Amino acid sequence: MMKKKIFLNAYIVDPKNSLDEKGGLIISESGKIEAVGKKVNKNNISSREKYIDLEGKYIFPGIVDMRVFVGEPGFEYKENFRTLSEAALAGGVTSVVTMPNTIPVIDNVSIVDFLKRRGRDKAKINIYPTGSLSKNLEGNNMTEFGLLKSRGIIGFTDGYKTIQNTRLMSRMMKSAYDLDCLIMQHVEDSELAKDGLVNEGIIATKLGLQGISDLAEKIIIERDLSLLEDFNCRYHISQISSEKSIEVIKRRKDNVKFTCGVSINNLSLNENDIGDFRTFLKLSPPLRTETDRLALIKGINNDLVDVIVSDHKPEDEEQKRLTFAQAASGASGIETLLPLALELFHNGSIKLNKIIRALTCNPAKILKINKGNLDIDNDADFCIVDINKPWIVKKDNIVSKSKNTSIEDRKLQGKVLSTYVKGEELFKN
Amino acid sequence: MANSNKAIKISQKHLLGIQDLSIKDVNHILNESKQFIALNKSKNKKIDILRGKTQINLFFEPSTRTQSSFELAGKRLGADVMSMNIGNSAIKKGETLIDTAMTLNAMHPDIIVVRHQDSGATNLLSQKVNCSVLNAGDGRREHPTQALLDALTIIDRKKKIEGLKIAICGDILHSRVARSNIYLLNMLGAEVNIVAPSNLMPKDIEKFGVSIYSNMKEGLKDCDIVMMLRLQSERMTSSFLSSNREYYEYYGLTPDKLKYAKDEALIMHPGPMNRGIEIDTKLADDINKSVIKEQVELGVAVRMACLKIFCE
Repeated sequence: MMKKKIFLNAYIVDPKNSLDEKGGLIISESGKIEAVGKKVNKNNISSREKYIDLEGKYIFPGIVDMRVFVGEPGFEYKENFRTLSEAALAGGVTSVVTMPNTIPVIDNVSIVDFLKRRGRDKAKINIYPTGSLSKNLEGNNMTEFGLLKSRGIIGFTDGYKTIQNTRLMSRMMKSAYDLDCLIMQHVEDSELAKDGLVNEGIIATKLGLQGISDLAEKIIIERDLSLLEDFNCRYHISQISSEKSIEVIKRRKDNVKFTCGVSINNLSLNENDIGDFRTFLKLSPPLRTETDRLALIKGINNDLVDVIVSDHKPEDEEQKRLTFAQAASGASGIETLLPLALELFHNGSIKLNKIIRALTCNPAKILKINKGNLDIDNDADFCIVDINKPWIVKKDNIVSKSKNTSIEDRKLQGKVLSTYVKGEELFKN
Repeated sequence: MANSNKAIKISQKHLLGIQDLSIKDVNHILNESKQFIALNKSKNKKIDILRGKTQINLFFEPSTRTQSSFELAGKRLGADVMSMNIGNSAIKKGETLIDTAMTLNAMHPDIIVVRHQDSGATNLLSQKVNCSVLNAGDGRREHPTQALLDALTIIDRKKKIEGLKIAICGDILHSRVARSNIYLLNMLGAEVNIVAPSNLMPKDIEKFGVSIYSNMKEGLKDCDIVMMLRLQSERMTSSFLSSNREYYEYYGLTPDKLKYAKDEALIMHPGPMNRGIEIDTKLADDINKSVIKEQVELGVAVRMACLKIFCE
């Protein structure tokens, strides 16, 4: 049993409980939240009790990152559960949803048992594995949604692949409806995006790289939402990248029920950042224009986009020290998710409450998990953040096993000071 | 006359693309090239200004004219020229571009000439070696010496580039020659028209300061130069066109379509040509209109100039 902990003089932001106020936090001896908010102050605790004075630092619920690639099993040299857990904690992330794009693919019950065990033994954070929608990610046959869910699979996705076959997609939606399963779709028409490397436009033309049209994204969203109108399952668009997609979502939001995410990369960078073939910025979906980026920010402000994810995809340097066409896509980013999101607050793009909502209770609600909040009696998963502290992202200081950050040398403002899971301080800066 | 150029220095260490060059750099290269035109026509074609220098040609893509042109250029200047045969090299065993570059770098070459199928490959390579890198074509991005030799050919025939109206026609999407030429011809003051079917027109290319057309009649109107590009079928992964027959009908350069251009218009083509697809075979060989052979000839001079300048 641990000691009771009392934090005072903090600023608490917990969108689920509509907390946005100066106050404190008390954690019980069993690692649960005992009290939170403005009523937790010096006047209301006994004078003999020890407390930690946070001097205006922020307390947020532990971040829930809905899109994370872990290398285990198959790519342990890129990231394993232990290194992922450490990187997550350094960024205030206490719950992650892992993608099934591993070797072997997470597509059957036996591998799930292994995964749950590894996650439990090696990771200090909460791991929520997804299963693949199609067997071996091949897009031909659906996996056993019901059995997989009963073993602890939180949702279904083919990760960075899209179910292209419309008939199969409609059947998956029907099954997901019957079994109350969540589908998370990476939205990209593979034929339209074939061989594509960057956003189609002036940058692609200048660099001589094959472009990916924003239509490739729009078409799959339109298709899936049309299917959803009839089949009405739990459906989440993993990530969007363009203004066109925002327009579709706006148009459909009233008559179809679905949710939508965006990568912090697409909110914070645009295609110009690729510069002279920076392979660390080869991403899927691709970085698009500044107009697209601004539309995505507006999408969060208008509640058209529900979730911000890191799209953490660790790749070792060998996979990036290649020509742009040959290089692997994806960027490591779980530990910079929150600090980079705070940049959007500091530069006046999005209100703090909205950012934290998109990082905590919104994903938790979609996933139907009791995380991302400071509910009384819930596990005390939270982070303490100095939202003004300036620092510079350096490759050498990256905690993740893979150093392929998309924002090397970026000056950020806001650093996680400590991260707690179930009342225990697992990271301290 | 060599002395007069001595004071001029090129602004770049490598020749990766026209977009990195200043107009001063371009004029410097073109002026140097002019000296070598005469040398290449003389009986004794060999001089020794690059004696003791090592030039490595690293061609990851097949090439006839560019590779032989660079090889000849190096030899005529007295350099030791080694052309790597990729088919027999460690690249076939899975060695990465960077490792190949570092291996070659350890042998202390003075200049590496690279062609690669991926855009940006020469940029990547140049970051890893100590010597100068000359881009002999990277993916769809740039082919700077081709644009320079095209400019030299135009100047040789028309005595200027400024104010000329030049049409670049055909497979623009896959063409590094088109991109380099657009940068260079724009820089030198030409008015550039791009003519291509929409499927072979790269998005936003008009932002490069060119006019775009999807039919030959409008695109060729009043042009002084008609530059045809090869249809790069090997880069086409899915259907861009219905057939070569239809392409020839609408976009192939025929005597009829050439009439839209000025009477004294010249025909250019970077080669290799697909006769009967993008160009009528008789037109290609018409010595009064076609300067295709001259392009090849001046190509050697331009590459000699580039080797000389970037070896220094």
